[in-house]
Amino acid sequence: MPDGGSTGIGASVKRKEDYRFLVGEGNYTDDINRPNQTYTYMLRSSSAHAKFSLDTTKASTAKGVVKIFVGTDMEVGSIPCGWQVDSKDGTPMREPAHPPIAKDKVRYVGEIIAVVIAETLEDAKNASELIDVKYDDIPVIIDMQDALDNSKGLVHDEIESNVCYDWEIGDSEAVDKAISEAAHITTLDIRNNRLIPNAMETRSAIGDYEHSTGQYTLYTTSQNPHVIRLLMGAFVLGLPEHKLRVIAPDVGGGFGSKIFHYAEESIVTWASNKIRRPVKWTSDRSEAFISDAHGRDHVTSVKLALDKDGKFLALKVDTLANMGAYLSTFASSVPTYLYATLLAGTYTTPAIHCNVKSIFTNTVPVDAYRGAGRPEATYLIERIVDKAAREMGISQVEIRRKNFIPVDAFPYQTPVALQYDSGNYNATLDAALKKADYEGFASRKAESAKRGMLRGIGFSTYLEACGIAPSAVVGSLGARAGLFECAEVRVHPTGSVTVFTGSHSHGQGHETTFAQLVSEKLGISTDMVEISHGDTNNIPFGMGTYGSRSLAVGGEAIVKAMDKVIAKAKKIAAHIMEASADDIELNNGNFEIAGTDKSMSLADISLAAYVPHNYPHEELEPGLDEKAFYDPLNFTYPGGCHICEVEINPNTGEVKVEGMTAVDDVGKVINPMIVEGQIHGGLAQGIGQALLENAAYDSNGQLLSGSYMDYTMPRADNFVDFKVGNEVTLCTHNSLGVKGCGEVGAIGSPPAVINAVVDALSELGVDDISMPATSEKVWNAINQAKNNK
Amino acid sequence: MEISLTINGKEVKADIKANTLLSTFIREHLNLTGTHIGCDTSQCGACAIHLNGDAVKSCAVLAAQADGAVITTIEGIANGDELHPMQQAFHENHGLQCGYCTPGMVMSSIKLVENNPNISEEEIRKGLEGNICRCTGYHNIVKSIKQAATVMGG
Repeated sequence: MPDGGSTGIGASVKRKEDYRFLVGEGNYTDDINRPNQTYTYMLRSSSAHAKFSLDTTKASTAKGVVKIFVGTDMEVGSIPCGWQVDSKDGTPMREPAHPPIAKDKVRYVGEIIAVVIAETLEDAKNASELIDVKYDDIPVIIDMQDALDNSKGLVHDEIESNVCYDWEIGDSEAVDKAISEAAHITTLDIRNNRLIPNAMETRSAIGDYEHSTGQYTLYTTSQNPHVIRLLMGAFVLGLPEHKLRVIAPDVGGGFGSKIFHYAEESIVTWASNKIRRPVKWTSDRSEAFISDAHGRDHVTSVKLALDKDGKFLALKVDTLANMGAYLSTFASSVPTYLYATLLAGTYTTPAIHCNVKSIFTNTVPVDAYRGAGRPEATYLIERIVDKAAREMGISQVEIRRKNFIPVDAFPYQTPVALQYDSGNYNATLDAALKKADYEGFASRKAESAKRGMLRGIGFSTYLEACGIAPSAVVGSLGARAGLFECAEVRVHPTGSVTVFTGSHSHGQGHETTFAQLVSEKLGISTDMVEISHGDTNNIPFGMGTYGSRSLAVGGEAIVKAMDKVIAKAKKIAAHIMEASADDIELNNGNFEIAGTDKSMSLADISLAAYVPHNYPHEELEPGLDEKAFYDPLNFTYPGGCHICEVEINPNTGEVKVEGMTAVDDVGKVINPMIVEGQIHGGLAQGIGQALLENAAYDSNGQLLSGSYMDYTMPRADNFVDFKVGNEVTLCTHNSLGVKGCGEVGAIGSPPAVINAVVDALSELGVDDISMPATSEKVWNAINQAKNNK
Repeated sequence: MEISLTINGKEVKADIKANTLLSTFIREHLNLTGTHIGCDTSQCGACAIHLNGDAVKSCAVLAAQADGAVITTIEGIANGDELHPMQQAFHENHGLQCGYCTPGMVMSSIKLVENNPNISEEEIRKGLEGNICRCTGYHNIVKSIKQAATVMGG
């Protein structure tokens, strides 16, 4: 579907990928079937903590069963964690073994205990019911405070504690001194609620081993197929890269949950060799609730010291972070380097200290979910700033302006390791105030009051660090991988272009945005550009899509590859037109000899490169196909202001979002339509966290919110029309000036929503409410406040 | 058991097990994989199709119940290369991101508008109760449906 007009940077080009999705021809993993394929059902533990034994005799002979595997059949490596975090005493984190199939002990409801492979899925499910499982239950650790007390039990008895690491950052002494001398101290206890990512496509994996060549192919729902190849191949199954192909075709949303290497991927790949047939697994939604990594789940106490004028002096943070039963791929980095390093926010707080204990519990592993650590940091900062303002009688806007890092202070070194390159927090605040009609709030509140309703407004002037990440920096902090990106730009003989990118689109619109980069730089329409991703056999290498890194890192790699294409094309043009390469200029897709009317198009040059009859063979190889790796120099730092307005019915406790405004600085915008779409989606997830979503466990470790009947997924009528705008300061360390937009909505919005709820309830004396602020919770808070009066 | 039905204008006869869900029949037997499965509790709406003129969740119907029915799936909505106004509106308004909920959204939305040509924004939001999207925050889906409603003759 070609759309006329400019297709370069800054144009809202309609998405190239839409057509196949709109006509039902997307190609998701579960849509793929391999010849002679078998189906597998994962039998999962129904106990949260138990020694177990199972008898598969009866099930093995059931109709259609091909093979049943148990833990002791699969002697392979442990599922690895990708980031080593050391405790403050220098000891490395405790890293328990994580077998793909549990052998004799289970540690959460949902852990795989047997793999039933059959001719049909129905056969596999029926047979699984014939497996006799005996559980010998062990006391369950769900609450993180309980987990700190060894006498209550250990999730892993081979490691003498439930604490994975006890880590800190910042200057504890300076913080304590500032607190002891401060004019005002505000304190707050926070739970950042546990969430379930719930990409609409559930996970799926097909292992396909070809005996004649020894080649394995894994089709999987992944945000980063090369990372899966590395983690699964090198650490779990011991397969070298040249014998292992990982394909992540169209992927139906990820939000972080499809970054990680999951047991099922190793199982189907391994099993397809054992049974010499392809093995397919697709998760049910109920299964997804107890097997996809969960997100957030922090318990934090925070203390903010202020001088008499409301200037921040110090921030002290103590956090317990839930890891679940095993360490998922990025789990250890989320509550440390992606969290505590953000605690300066947009403010000049001179002293910050944060201590984090990460805790094993008998729950599903917890890992990155949209924002990953940064929403948790933002929530506590923006909540305590809000509370401090109320206590000191300073306006919400004023206290923020007073403490913003000023525009002329960039690059700004925070006391928690990061150096921000650019930003203008007053600009995003001003624009948001206008867009949200802040001036009209008082009259809207009065109008609500006439109807007996409570109205509140809440702010969040947040910052986040994304575009992860400089490999040397993260390496020094324990990352076991580099975080660069790779791209190959292939100009074909007739001048069309295919870009092979290590980024992976699962809704972000890369096929359009990346094509716009090519359109801008090489002067051809996006219709002449194809973006290829998701197949380790096609793409030279890739670290994938997460941490809002695709454009800032992946896009920059494409630019670097195009620079090489252009440099070579200039030399070819110079040879053919008998000029010096230094005199060739690229204008609107034409390679011109400066100051003359002589020029060649990209297509002319590429044809010459592939039909090299008149060609500088002494100097250049034929062809026009260049590859680049790009390792960023710093994180990128989007920031902005989110303003939420709510109306609360005091009789029912129902919170209605009446306005949601977001003015974000995500750096240079390539496609405004796509950026706005990313922000809308992030806001919805942020509002969802604040008002609706909660993963709740009972004390036996059963997930209470284990289906869409129980876990409140946001629906269309939970929202109003979002008001979205942007202000731009350019990233100073990448050539595009881009920062990243994928997570800002989910990072900035939850405290804005809760601050609005608290604002509405403040006249009753309510000064905090925990997420999600459900009707029940709000109703109880209102009634408790009334009773207290 | 044997069933026969019309799907996307074609007559189909099939021998199926009585417990086969219509969604499974459409995806696994007819290989029409545009109809998606997003849950197992009939909440998400990714599997919505048109059955005898109504939008229904095909995971909540047995294939056997569709014997003799006229069914349209997402693959049968466009008129040749010309997209249905609802599909076109989703494209023009960026009403889809990952594309997974999209077939169900489009199928449900078409009936929402056909049944209520002058549909208001509030009615659209309430009408999407049975369709979950995790990507878009529904903002551009609502915009898409509004635009399609004007094109479809509201």
